[in-house]
Amino acid sequence: MAKSNEPIWWSLFSAGGVVAALLIPVHIFLTGIAGPLGWLPPEAFDYARLQALLSHPITRLYCFVLISLPLFHGAHRIRFTLVDLGIRGVDMLLAVVCYGAAIAGTLVTAGILWNF
Amino acid sequence: MANKTSQPTIRLEILRYDPEKDSAPRYQSYEVPFQEEWVVLDAINHIKDQIDGTLTHRWSCRMGVCGSCGMMVNGVAKLGCSAFLRDYYPNPIRVEPLAHFPIIRDLVVQLDGFMAKLQSVQPWIIRKEEKPVEQGEYLQSPAQHARYKDFSMCINCLLCYAACPVTELEPHFLGPAAIALAQRYNLDSRDEGREIRQETVSSHIGIWQCTLVGECSVVCPKHVDPAGAIQQAKLASTMDWYKELLWPWGGKR
Repeated sequence: MAKSNEPIWWSLFSAGGVVAALLIPVHIFLTGIAGPLGWLPPEAFDYARLQALLSHPITRLYCFVLISLPLFHGAHRIRFTLVDLGIRGVDMLLAVVCYGAAIAGTLVTAGILWNF
Repeated sequence: MANKTSQPTIRLEILRYDPEKDSAPRYQSYEVPFQEEWVVLDAINHIKDQIDGTLTHRWSCRMGVCGSCGMMVNGVAKLGCSAFLRDYYPNPIRVEPLAHFPIIRDLVVQLDGFMAKLQSVQPWIIRKEEKPVEQGEYLQSPAQHARYKDFSMCINCLLCYAACPVTELEPHFLGPAAIALAQRYNLDSRDEGREIRQETVSSHIGIWQCTLVGECSVVCPKHVDPAGAIQQAKLASTMDWYKELLWPWGGKR
């Protein structure tokens, strides 16, 4: 029987799920809640400070992982949600659109972080 | 039988269908005595014995061991012998054959498709070389036994197939019980057949069809957790995939 290529998508989906569940909420809390509500010192989101932080390769790598993997997680979920909703017979098209979007997002992220 | 004059009753609406005679399934209502300790299977047996001998259903042990009396009770896959009337009374109970299976007659469904799927994953101990009987049994520690014990509790009642939405959408999907049993043997320290089973288990009709809805594990009367088994199998297959990609000269698993 045909060997499946699902493992690559599933592993990106799983890794993205871990990032989305553990790291994304921290960032939502910091930048979406704590920051705007003034719970953090005003200089916490100072532009120069964040720019300095992002100039370090490890921070960029972190941002890359933080953005890219959840894109694959979302792509996989959307793909199978559409299948479960009854969109059948266009498996290849769905896969290309969903994972293509995640790959495009990943490339854009990599480009921005590289040139930052 | 209790005193009939004071006996409260409960209505069962049972799906009736004889593909050779009926153009479509229909529901037939039966009033049966309501007894605290009766399960749906007791009520159906009462109907069969006392009211309508033409009603057809499967059953055997009456105690959740044999897995014969799987049916849809108010739309939920259950063993008829484990669904108490008192949990539904005074409302009527709708009884249908297991979903996602062809009906042979009334509550009896066609199991051939499942049996073929089950066989295709070769759920038995496979050895590369059998050792002679004189050399004794294959020993196994309690810890090795514990690895697969839960998955070995399956009674093939097929509630998981009736509950699985993927089974409905993709009839070729191996399904929860067959994969859980494949995983049961994959995890068995005496077994050496995982690679052979992978041919089917990790194919496009196998684990990758599963979208982890998890209903299989919810309805399982034996707490087998087929969804967990499928997740374990996905992880193991993914490791194989990367191992082959990064270490192609490493030979077969």
